[in-house]
Amino acid sequence: MEYFLELFAGGLTRGSIYALIALGYTMVYGIIELINFAHGEIYMIGAFTALIVSSVLAMSGMSGVSALVLASIVAVVYASAYGFTVEKIAYKPLRRAPRLSPLISAIGMSIFLQNYVLLAQTPDFLPFPNLLPELPLPEAFGNIIGSTELIILLTTAVIMGGLTLVIKFTKMGKAMRATAQDRDMAMLVGINVNRVISNTFVIGSALAAVGGILIASHVGRVNFFIGFIAGIKAFTAAVLGGIGSIPGAVLGGLVLGLTESFATGYVSSDYEDVFAFALLIVILILRPTGLLGRAAAPKV
Amino acid sequence: MLELKDIRTCYGNIMALKDVTLSVPAGEIVALIGANGAGKTTTLMSISGIVPPRSGEILFLGQPIQTLGPDEIVSLGISQVPEGRRIFPKLTVAENLDMGAFLRSDQAGIKSDLDYIYGLFPILAQRRYQQGGTLSGGEQQMLAIARALMARPRLLLLDEPSLGLAPLFVKLILTMIRKISDEQGTTILLVEQNANMALKIAHRGYVMENGRIAFSGTARSLLNNESVKSAYLGI
Repeated sequence: MEYFLELFAGGLTRGSIYALIALGYTMVYGIIELINFAHGEIYMIGAFTALIVSSVLAMSGMSGVSALVLASIVAVVYASAYGFTVEKIAYKPLRRAPRLSPLISAIGMSIFLQNYVLLAQTPDFLPFPNLLPELPLPEAFGNIIGSTELIILLTTAVIMGGLTLVIKFTKMGKAMRATAQDRDMAMLVGINVNRVISNTFVIGSALAAVGGILIASHVGRVNFFIGFIAGIKAFTAAVLGGIGSIPGAVLGGLVLGLTESFATGYVSSDYEDVFAFALLIVILILRPTGLLGRAAAPKV
Repeated sequence: MLELKDIRTCYGNIMALKDVTLSVPAGEIVALIGANGAGKTTTLMSISGIVPPRSGEILFLGQPIQTLGPDEIVSLGISQVPEGRRIFPKLTVAENLDMGAFLRSDQAGIKSDLDYIYGLFPILAQRRYQQGGTLSGGEQQMLAIARALMARPRLLLLDEPSLGLAPLFVKLILTMIRKISDEQGTTILLVEQNANMALKIAHRGYVMENGRIAFSGTARSLLNNESVKSAYLGI
């Protein structure tokens, strides 16, 4: 039973990170119907920036929570700036182009950013310091969930709660939903759609950067390629939950994380990805729109 | 108030508007009628900046607006109720109205306009927490007009407000359009296929054919014009 709970906690942790990244895919898709393949790279850039900033801070004798907060802020701002710029350079000029064009542009952006970090930094794995503080957990509890995992779970829960409030109640959140539902009509009520799209990229990138910092602290190393794998997994989570649906991305992330965790625990870690993608195939056969996705209404 | 001068608008290589010239005087209801595909909707979309004209000039209160973005055009006081109503289906009625007031920040004014609109369309007040997509066609049309009014427009562009509605609703919507024009002094450009009905509430009208203005005149003179009668009024 304890083993089961441990796997469950591990799965939730992993799943909440997938969900954090999947939100960026699903929000962008919801608004401009584009799979932003460069999103995983934004996550990687977030993790790298946090590594660089925290190393600099460590050299100047700063560590612990204050270093973590400072490194996180810089990483989030930096990654958001990348997300914003990627949209302006690679997608905005193709706004009225056939749908294949921005998709190819997205893949190009992804390859470009990976190689840019490869050349500017290093092809090797770099050790990532564990910046997250150690929480004093009671022993029985600590056997099930580690301090780092608990922090990851709490952080993602708070962020997702905050995001929900923003989307539900703020003017910008309502404008984002309106734009996702009918872009031309959003323009007709005076919403600056370009600004809404930019905001969506900035929010998605910020979430990905937070995910990058959390997982790098957890795993303990980064390189230029981590965004590819995390991106594919998060994209899978978004599709699993129903791409375009925000609760779907969260649910898809958690389901995917739990599946991987149980597959690793009860079968073998070699089969982790096999189970993850088998699950995706089964769900897409049974529910082609994903768990919470709705079939697109035919446009008349 | 609004003047179009030699507007030419294209979709790719297809020219949808061929030198359209028309004017909408302040305080009037102007009807734009014509068959399917004549270019009526394109005219409205060009005015709103969704499909900017390739050449020509659009003057609103004497200022050229053909190069402005859709949001800037709304902020000058031009709101459109597009064909098919285009309610945001998953936003509530209240949120849809909120979006209509997107560019405004005068909370007190928004509140009083909201009260006015709920008075004008009591059914919307009843359904304010319901999703827009769950309303009936007639209710959606009311919501679409109400949403446009929330921007407090000086010029209201209405595209086929009677399309697909039950006769009872058609009458109700027309009465409302008249009322908005009389009570608020809003200038209205009304696009309709139902020419007879449109010309009955309009002061003047334009008839479009194949992307051109074919006839124009006061509503009364168009109602009596023999060629308009035979082609559009079914008499």
